[in-house]
Amino acid sequence: MGKVGVVMCPCELEGMTLFDPEVLVEGLKGRKDVLPLIHHQPVCSESGVEAIRAFMEGNGLDRVVMACSKPELFGPTFKKALRQWGLNPSLSGVLGIRPTAERKGSDDLQEALHVIEEGIDEIKRRKPAKGEKTPFVKRAMVIGGGITGITASIDLGNGGYEVLLVDRLPSIGGRMLQLSETFPTLDCAQCTLTPKTVETGQHPHIRLITYAEIESVSGEVGNFLVKIRRKAAYVDWEKCTGCGLCQEKCPSKVPSEFERGIGPGKAIYTLSPQAVPNKPVINPEVCRYFTEGKCRVCEKVCLTDAIDYAQEDTFIEERVGAIIVATGFDLYRKEDIGEYGYGDVPDVIDGLAFERLNSASGPTAGEIRRPSDGHIPKEVVFIQCVASRDPERYMPYCSRACCMYTAKHARLYKHKVHDGHAYIFYMDIRSMGKGYEEFIQQGMEEGILYLRGRVSRLFRDNGHVVVWGADTLTGKKVEIAADMVVLATAMIPSRGAKELAEKLHIGTDEYGFLTEAQCKLYPVESGVEGIYLAGCAQGPKDIADTVAQGNAAASKVQALFAQH
Amino acid sequence: MEFLYFPGCTLYTKAKNLDEAGRECAKALGFELKELSNWTCCGAAFPLAKDNIMALAPPARILAKAKEEGSTLTTLCSVCFNVIKRTNRLIQEDEEKREKINTFIEMDYQGDVRVLHYLEILKREVGFESIRGAVKRDLQGLKVAPFYGCMLLRPAEEMEFDDKEAPTIFEEFLESIACEPVDFPYKIECCGAFQSVGAPEVATECAYAILISALRNGAEAVTTTCPLCQFNLDSKQKEIRERHNDFPGIPIIYFTQLLGLALGLPVEKLEFHRNDVDPRPLLEKKGLL
Amino acid sequence: MKIEISRGKVHNEFSQKVEEISGQNLFACYQCGNCTAGCPVSFAMDLGPHQVIRYSLLGLEKEVLECNTFWMCASCLQCTSRCPKGLDIARIMEAIRLVILRKKERLDHLEVAELSEEFLERVPQIALISGFRKFTS
Ligand SMILES: Cc1cc2nc3c(=O)[nH]c(=O)nc-3n(C[C@H](O)[C@H](O)[C@H](O)COP(=O)(O)OP(=O)(O)OC[C@H]3O[C@@H](n4cnc5c(N)ncnc54)[C@H](O)[C@@H]3O)c2cc1C
Ligand code: SF4
Ligand code: SF4
Repeated sequence: MGKVGVVMCPCELEGMTLFDPEVLVEGLKGRKDVLPLIHHQPVCSESGVEAIRAFMEGNGLDRVVMACSKPELFGPTFKKALRQWGLNPSLSGVLGIRPTAERKGSDDLQEALHVIEEGIDEIKRRKPAKGEKTPFVKRAMVIGGGITGITASIDLGNGGYEVLLVDRLPSIGGRMLQLSETFPTLDCAQCTLTPKTVETGQHPHIRLITYAEIESVSGEVGNFLVKIRRKAAYVDWEKCTGCGLCQEKCPSKVPSEFERGIGPGKAIYTLSPQAVPNKPVINPEVCRYFTEGKCRVCEKVCLTDAIDYAQEDTFIEERVGAIIVATGFDLYRKEDIGEYGYGDVPDVIDGLAFERLNSASGPTAGEIRRPSDGHIPKEVVFIQCVASRDPERYMPYCSRACCMYTAKHARLYKHKVHDGHAYIFYMDIRSMGKGYEEFIQQGMEEGILYLRGRVSRLFRDNGHVVVWGADTLTGKKVEIAADMVVLATAMIPSRGAKELAEKLHIGTDEYGFLTEAQCKLYPVESGVEGIYLAGCAQGPKDIADTVAQGNAAASKVQALFAQH
Repeated sequence: MEFLYFPGCTLYTKAKNLDEAGRECAKALGFELKELSNWTCCGAAFPLAKDNIMALAPPARILAKAKEEGSTLTTLCSVCFNVIKRTNRLIQEDEEKREKINTFIEMDYQGDVRVLHYLEILKREVGFESIRGAVKRDLQGLKVAPFYGCMLLRPAEEMEFDDKEAPTIFEEFLESIACEPVDFPYKIECCGAFQSVGAPEVATECAYAILISALRNGAEAVTTTCPLCQFNLDSKQKEIRERHNDFPGIPIIYFTQLLGLALGLPVEKLEFHRNDVDPRPLLEKKGLL
Repeated sequence: MKIEISRGKVHNEFSQKVEEISGQNLFACYQCGNCTAGCPVSFAMDLGPHQVIRYSLLGLEKEVLECNTFWMCASCLQCTSRCPKGLDIARIMEAIRLVILRKKERLDHLEVAELSEEFLERVPQIALISGFRKFTS
């Protein structure tokens, strides 16, 4: 095997220069198997890339290790260049070495040398793929079928590329499926979403793989091999016609996760009457047959014999050239917020539960009735920034959508309960989108009372939810005996996002949101070439921003595919 | 089982009922409280000014002496517990302050005494199960609201006592002696503390809010661990009634008195006569005397 | 109603003294009012704890020292335990008390001589000692 080239970038990072390349080269002097290149311009510059090309060509090198401060930025560019020069990018590596304040210290130098030496050894171990270059698969996978994933899939499908859309729930739609009406237009969420889900389901180029999760991913851009676990639905979807009889007759009634615990669901269920695909699954944790050994009502009523209690998880493998990750968000659990009663105070619900209360398809058929006794609440307190913007105890960041959806909730409430009073505790109002500020102002003029301050504590007393907040505009402590309280809890990455990112070898921040290659110029690229991210998986945002990112990621994939 | 015991000033005088009952219960439950020798006042307030090292000297001295005489120090009074526990933590964590304090008190103490409140001894060392087994008098049906106050719970990271928003140790204790714990939202609020000296009406209002909430939730009595809470809740009921004519009054009983009662100790030893609102009529009515 | 703000007035010597004694950064406050919202004695205060923090940051020494907030504070730590910025407000209250109590004039808030015999008879040591700690120099 020939020598491995080593290239050190001398660029500056946040005011600190990296190790002097010459010092590093000095440290590698003992190794006979490497050939270093010292270049005094940043290697990501045009002259830098050209210098590497000349260096590799001049010395007949096919393997090179790059050491620089931002591998996630330069890596994809560099691999693309290698491919253009006719070299195999999997035989080269881009390593990150970070300078520290005391970068001249010998410990840091040893550390950097160690990283580089390990990188060299790793590259030497790699074998060129057998035979000719593997073909570039022009087929994409989208993980997460919320509005982001749907948007990206439709774009790619319309572009003529084949798309596999994977979601771990039985049907697509994501959180938007739970929403009632959406800001800033207050149009019905289902009326906007359903045409999209239907289009996705019927698209000739899109294949839905729902109720499925990613098991493992290997390979690289142009040729990822993805292993998918299809969870047992206990219903043969080939036979099922989606008539819904089983759901109707199923005797088990349990609080449903989709209804945010304020409404019942069945053990055999679809997420909504308009679900795409409209096929049910059995939740074995609550199904009477699975838990108690008898029932089998669904089996008896099914006209097509689709129920199959013996079904098991199955595995499929698919090759794709690019992946878009759009796994969305969860809400911070109110059960983890002590000062608001750990979820034990009746009639304290979160924003998604309010969406269900206000939905025609929800547990109250869209009437605003409080969960404890079904009464129409006359004093409703909405609290923003719950577990957001709270670096000391919860999440330090702003969840971005809550100012708007809280205003929306209060307005929708007032539209339905004319003699009701809505109070909103807020810290700041962030309404930067088009038409958003006007939306808030209209809410205020309609009589929502905005109170500027946080709420310190909530508790049940005397049949009410007592709210202790502050109105910092008067400087006073405020006590409200409310009938119902709605918490705008922080948006957090969806469960399992970190584990999925690990399988994909892409980065996450300390909370589990996927990290983009660079927040300004590469907002939908991950650190791995061919893997893109979009929507709330990357950070909290509203539908408009989410859709824009879905579009962006899809266009990136199309550009990538067009090059091959 | 032997624990060093720091009674603190008030338990020697105004809060004899807390102290006596605590000692008697220890005997009945088979653990020994060895009183720390030559103890002094803890200062009754953990100093909140970063530069007030002086006020750390008394609790530090108490801890250093405890180190000489044993390994686990316990208190009954929540205030003493708070001051001593926070000081201990500071000595463990802040090397600079530790050295200053040691120089000042002319002792060498590293923060390695374990500080436990009596309730924690009951839970962790004796075990509520054994208490349940030792119960001789049936308090079944006595509805008691446990008042935690501030000092046991906050700051939570330092006190490491219980969940600061929804603590349960006191309820678990009450259940172990077959009382019916009454949950009430004001159980973690402030009794007014030393404002009974600085702004007595303010403390009276704090006490009123707490007691009315306990009553509303069905309590027949309130129990405390702290002579300062006890004073504000018990001794100030006359003032409360002057300001709020809807206030019916409610007995406030130290947790050690309830424990003693349950363990079947002679009633005289529990010194109920020292409680301002006499709990005996209630206990009589419940057939407990 | 009007305050003049300038480099010399904002975050002045007074503000810095409060910060130094309390070990807290007044600039870190969100002004969210959570402290005031949970304070059990805010009903008796002329300014909420959050306002005292704001006034202190702005260097409004006179207004701060004249309000009763820090004298009313019971050091219950309810504010501290829930501040989203991790500020220890109770320490700020103590610092302001000390700014007064450490003055040469020894401006005690509590006159022991004024406490009635009957009261002294009733009140437990613990209340007296902690009260003196908080209110006297
Ligand atoms: C209460 C509330 C009200 C709102 N109201 C509005 C509004 O009125 N207007 C507006 O613009 N925005 C609103 N929003 C914001 C809006 O909900 C989001 O912007 C949008 O839903 C984000 O879409 P997404 O596709 O990125 O994520 P999601 O909707 O969360 O979709 C993610 C999808 O990925 C799937 N998934 C997750 N993990 C995996 C995995 N490991 N493998 C496979 N699949 C996975 C999930 O099942 C889900 O289907 C609101 C948000 C809340 C909380
Ligand atoms: S709770 Fe903390 S951040 Fe909020 S106003 Fe009070 S001190 Fe400032
Ligand atoms: S410590 Fe003082 S300011 Fe803070 S909540 Fe308690 S009484 Fe109010």
